[in-house]
Amino acid sequence: MSNTPLDLQAVRENLANKPGQPVWRSLEQLANTEEFQELMEREFPRHASEMRDPVTRRNFLKLMGASLAMAGLTGCSIRQPQEKIVPYVRLPEEMIPGKPLFYATAHLFQGYAQGILVESHEGRPTKIEGNAEHPASLGKSDIFMQAAILQMYDPDRSQTIANAGTEKTWADFTGALTTAVANNGAGLRILSGTVTSPTLAAQIEQVLAANSGARWYVADSVGFDNTRVGAQLAFGENVNTVYDFTQANVVLAIDSDFFAYGPANVRHQRDFMSRRAIRSANPADASMNRLYVVEPIFTITGSNADNRLPIKASEVGEFARALAQTLGVSGAAAGTLPEKTTRFVAAVAADLQANRGTSAVIVGEGQPPEVHALVHAINAALGNVGTSVRYTAPIEALPAQAGTLADLVGEMNSGAVQSLVMLDVNPVYSASGDLRFAEALAKVPFSVHYGLYNDETAEKATWHIPGTHYLENWSDARAFDGTTTIIQPLIAPIYKTKSPHELLAALAGQADATGFDLVRATYGNNASGNFTRFWEESLNAGVVANTAAPTITPTLSTAFDFGSAPTTGEYELVFQPDTRIFDGSYANNGLLQELPHTISKITWDNAAYVAVSTAQKLGVTNGDIVTLTVGGQTVDAPIWILPGTAEGVVGVQLGYGRTKAGIVGTWEGRPVGFNASAIRSSTSPNFATAEGVAKTGGTYQFASTQDHYAIDYQNQTDLASTEAKNRHIAQAVTLAEYRDNPNVMNEHNHEVFTLYPKRQYTGYAWSMGIDLNVCTGCNACVMACNVENNIAVVGKTEVMRGREMHWIRIDRYFTGTGLDNPQVIHQPLGCQHCENAPCEVVCPVGATVHDSEGLNNMVYNRCVGTKYCSNNCPFKVRRFNFFQYNDMLYKFDMDSIKMMRNPDVTVRVKGVMEKCTYCVQRINEVRQDKVRLGQTIQDGEVITACQQACPTDAIVFGDLNDPNAQVTQRRKLPLTYTLLNELNVFARTSYMGMLKNPNPELAEA
Amino acid sequence: MAQSLKRPVLGPVDPDALLAPELDYTEVSQKLAGIPMAGPRKTHISWITGFAISLALLMVFFTAVGWLLLQGVGVWGINVPIGWGMDIINFVWWIGIGHAGTLISAILLLLRQQWRTSINRFAEAMTLFAVACAGMYPILHLGRPWLLYYMLPYPSSLGMWPQYQSPLEWDVFAISTYAIVSLLFWLVGLIPDIATMRDRSTNPIMRFVWGTFSLGWRGSAKHWHRYELASLLLAGLSTPLVVSVHTIVSFDFAVGQLPGWHATIFPPYFVAGAVFAGFAMVMLLMIPVRKFFGLEQYITMKHFDLMAKVTLATGMIVVFGYAMEAFFAWFSGNQYESFLLNMRLFGPYAWSYYALLACNFLVPQLFWFKWARQSIPVLLFVSLVVSVGMWLERFVIIVVSLTRDFIPSSWGYYTPTLWDWLLYLGTFGLFFTFLFLFIRLVPMISIFEMRMLVNEQNKPGGADAPGAGAGAEYPAAAD
Repeated sequence: MSNTPLDLQAVRENLANKPGQPVWRSLEQLANTEEFQELMEREFPRHASEMRDPVTRRNFLKLMGASLAMAGLTGCSIRQPQEKIVPYVRLPEEMIPGKPLFYATAHLFQGYAQGILVESHEGRPTKIEGNAEHPASLGKSDIFMQAAILQMYDPDRSQTIANAGTEKTWADFTGALTTAVANNGAGLRILSGTVTSPTLAAQIEQVLAANSGARWYVADSVGFDNTRVGAQLAFGENVNTVYDFTQANVVLAIDSDFFAYGPANVRHQRDFMSRRAIRSANPADASMNRLYVVEPIFTITGSNADNRLPIKASEVGEFARALAQTLGVSGAAAGTLPEKTTRFVAAVAADLQANRGTSAVIVGEGQPPEVHALVHAINAALGNVGTSVRYTAPIEALPAQAGTLADLVGEMNSGAVQSLVMLDVNPVYSASGDLRFAEALAKVPFSVHYGLYNDETAEKATWHIPGTHYLENWSDARAFDGTTTIIQPLIAPIYKTKSPHELLAALAGQADATGFDLVRATYGNNASGNFTRFWEESLNAGVVANTAAPTITPTLSTAFDFGSAPTTGEYELVFQPDTRIFDGSYANNGLLQELPHTISKITWDNAAYVAVSTAQKLGVTNGDIVTLTVGGQTVDAPIWILPGTAEGVVGVQLGYGRTKAGIVGTWEGRPVGFNASAIRSSTSPNFATAEGVAKTGGTYQFASTQDHYAIDYQNQTDLASTEAKNRHIAQAVTLAEYRDNPNVMNEHNHEVFTLYPKRQYTGYAWSMGIDLNVCTGCNACVMACNVENNIAVVGKTEVMRGREMHWIRIDRYFTGTGLDNPQVIHQPLGCQHCENAPCEVVCPVGATVHDSEGLNNMVYNRCVGTKYCSNNCPFKVRRFNFFQYNDMLYKFDMDSIKMMRNPDVTVRVKGVMEKCTYCVQRINEVRQDKVRLGQTIQDGEVITACQQACPTDAIVFGDLNDPNAQVTQRRKLPLTYTLLNELNVFARTSYMGMLKNPNPELAEA
Repeated sequence: MAQSLKRPVLGPVDPDALLAPELDYTEVSQKLAGIPMAGPRKTHISWITGFAISLALLMVFFTAVGWLLLQGVGVWGINVPIGWGMDIINFVWWIGIGHAGTLISAILLLLRQQWRTSINRFAEAMTLFAVACAGMYPILHLGRPWLLYYMLPYPSSLGMWPQYQSPLEWDVFAISTYAIVSLLFWLVGLIPDIATMRDRSTNPIMRFVWGTFSLGWRGSAKHWHRYELASLLLAGLSTPLVVSVHTIVSFDFAVGQLPGWHATIFPPYFVAGAVFAGFAMVMLLMIPVRKFFGLEQYITMKHFDLMAKVTLATGMIVVFGYAMEAFFAWFSGNQYESFLLNMRLFGPYAWSYYALLACNFLVPQLFWFKWARQSIPVLLFVSLVVSVGMWLERFVIIVVSLTRDFIPSSWGYYTPTLWDWLLYLGTFGLFFTFLFLFIRLVPMISIFEMRMLVNEQNKPGGADAPGAGAGAEYPAAAD
């Protein structure tokens, strides 16, 4: 180790930037010299650490050494913000150690608010749930909401202000900013994502007003451009469309994954599925809505379709025109379509007509504006406006002078941009490849990147300001219907970060303004009467009362250009946001990276998804690498055959291939997956004709959690799906079949004979019911379970070995004939808590035992790890800690991760088995209260994590001995069945079979 | 020696003889006691080479175990659903190999089969070492091996006892009993021979060592009487163990409800398989040892012929087991069983099933022919193939059954890692280190029993004739 002289200035600055009580080991550490880092990295000689398996490499010793350094942080783990924040249910003075408090605030997804309740243990937020009083979540959640907690504690988050790679202070920055933004802000540009925060919008307006030379651009990599322009085409103004799927008998989704994305994705799932839940024992009462989906690649929405038409994204517009024509939208005309599409159009049109006023047509952001405009016209023609579809004034704040990212890049290249402030966006990574944003950025003399991570853009910008997470700052945001939520911090910022409001205030010359004051100022004028009361009530409820936007009636004009069919080539690339890491902003989130893709079950990767026929034509199979060429730009992508993809379509997901995402998103210095943005063009960002799809000869290893050699692409059969049907595991029939034969789900059952008396449960008898019919496969339950139960992220290598730790998984089976356009069954599967549990008898040490309430408990301390229980578990729901997954959690710096853990759940060690506990900690928490009060637990008081997250209430939990409990009621329904009855296991989890409601006219001939 | 002039010296041994006819007491004692009594400098070069290789493999064993304990069982290829892989395959394989020793020493003793005499000591030693190798695996395969004692019934302040319903708990008792009884049987059988070596040795240190281990044996009639009684008792104790140990090992699977495991046929099928594998292994090891140490007069072709016949017979029982498994899968109408059969025949691991049938069914059929049973290369080949075949059998039962069970979504695939193979290789190091030490340090063929055989078959005289020496002769009335 060479001796570099200590930079005492750096020491002082680092000390100033350290949060909490500074504790340090040496001056070298404070200076954070290379030598110190080297020492930290390598307690062992160079390369000794590489000898070890990636799972368990250097972090253990490193962390042992670093723990002292982090003592200052953990010592301050109670980090209540200094300002008064208001809990949702209980008041702060009631704070009892060990009892969590819940605070209402909002999660931001695509810029919009989704109301949440955050569970806080002694000042540490540990779990996010939906806020029942918020219209976008209604108490439910999605994977992004659940995983956001890890994003906040992510040790990779940016922690210091940097200028050209060196650490600076806030004062340095504000000084430089004042110098840069002079002369009425000539050449000042602000680039942001979608902004719905009234405070932030007002601040931006204030900056623009004060600086006449400044301009504001809004550009997301996955945003609402087409939606916005489409509305302008149809109505001549910006409007916001709000769907109410509870009012729709028939829904047509045109290349729209409205279950997964958009500001109201959770609400959409809930509303839609509320029309599918069968809760009556009488089959004659069973009624269901019907979902048509037209799309190029399977989406979550598409996997729930009753009738689905896979066509190229470029053909979707033609489909919409043909539909509009059939429905009598004046001026709409389409060319000749394939017979299959024509038949689909006719059937859908007839069905929509028959349900005038009670249908809904929705289109996805991937389609060009004219298709959006057409859909507005179709909804109007069907009389849906006012029932299932309504319009409001735009929710998001928009610049007066609209411009695209391409316009901004043009300005930057021309030298017109002197200073650029990028608010929570990462255009260097996410901008379409043809824009060459990084090159343009180099021409801007003063550029500021503000964001959570020191990412690709931060690296290229002259200044980087670390941003606060929304759980750390004061802010506000609006939901899809305009409802405003004041975002209150759950914890004082972990690092020396700034909120966007503070940055904008600095831009407006108020360098010392606090987020709290700025947000309060927004409401200071609006509040009638007592402001304190208004403020506390708004914080308490998580919504500001009466802020939903009123319905407006914009005038529809069909005088726009309907567009015409684009020329399509043999192969078409379709760019999708990823169902796990979205546009890449969640790329450093291990929980999301490890979540299996809804259909392909791939983790830790994106892929070039192709249909079976396309793969055969290309002569490729899973894992073959192909070079995709668009507009002269190429990217190498591995193939995955995804049944149900439209022929000729190559589906690629955005968000991967990050070169500077952090330790998770950029794995061992290599990007996870490939960067599809590189071949995106700014003119046609969502789909494009591929100039070439060429096999390179290379192969790639995927980590998929299902389909180990089970799919026979040659013969178009999936053995697993066939067997799942033969074994009555995942059952699906049509609504008509169910009406004909109500016992269809249980016909295979026979009397179970046993010589032993059945065990009696006299107290509670816990049980879970899962309704496959309303399960969308959104993965929210899996993610909620991960966060609630401290489940480890194991990394791609371990998933490839079949060692993922998810306690509940969503099994995916295909039904229907062939693999060209199959239907999908999603089956959430956790421990079934068998009354005759096969795992219990084979454990030699009694580490898994039954309790008097029917729970199959795992006693971690007793487990020696024979794995016999897992071998004997017919459901294979047990998970084994093959390594010390939880303490050496894949390369994470553990100290902040430890703060995230749920203190009510044991963190498991190497060598023990674990599995779903039915959230026993939640049962016991309720029980403690009830025992103290001398009461018994009532139905609905114990809510498991998966149940709480489930947007569609597919999961219920309760006491089978309570005849009125929901779970008992569901168990009596004819659709309910239990798995593997013939094994005499008496599973406590029951399933309700899936019903499909296809249009009989579209039945295969 | 004068009497040897009466017979042709070291001519070709009659294939039906259990002993070369020219042997007498002196030659037997000199030859068999000579190997362990030779001074360090007289050690055969092939022994040194073999021992060096074994020690190297033993180092591999320690490395593999060390890494395993440091990292966790994740270094192996196991996963969910395949919770048991090469660890349990090798456990069953090793313990199966041990069975021939116990069978030879116990059951054949009770059945008064004379041909067991030349091979029983070696086979028993092999049993012990194989059990030592086997015994490693159930400990090492634990996620937390340091908590092994949870499986032992000890009075704990927690009031916790083992869970006696679990076949793994039965294993604890079955294997430890088996190991202890086998060790005792082997040690008791060594006493007269060690006394012989004590008497023959001129080195005072070795005289002390042998004297200690011979436990004061003087060869009196009383000693012989007690020895015979103890042997019979231990043989009586061992006999049920031959059946019970592998029965209980088979319960590890049969008690589970996994298709491919849950079968009533498993106990007899496993026991037969163990004897099958054990005899193959005895032949496999004995052929080179016999060659290197020039023991052709003691271990004759008659022995190999008989062992080949036992191998063939038990092999056919095993094959009957395969046929029955397939038959039950079809006849029971159980969809999971028939699916599993289908997977064995046509699934991703079909190669292993066909290889298994080739190894355990086709190749051993050679033993129907006398020429094959008399040919050393054929014997060696078939033994090797059977050893591989029995490994594959455990692979098919354990891994293939686990890969595709009830819930199709959780089907998996198993690929052993380097550490799986290194540990397996390492157990060979453990086994052969013990074996080489045994060959070098104690008589690998029972001297006194051979002399008994000489007496019965060759009617010899000589310096070591009964009554001529002080030590280890058997009483004339022993039989």
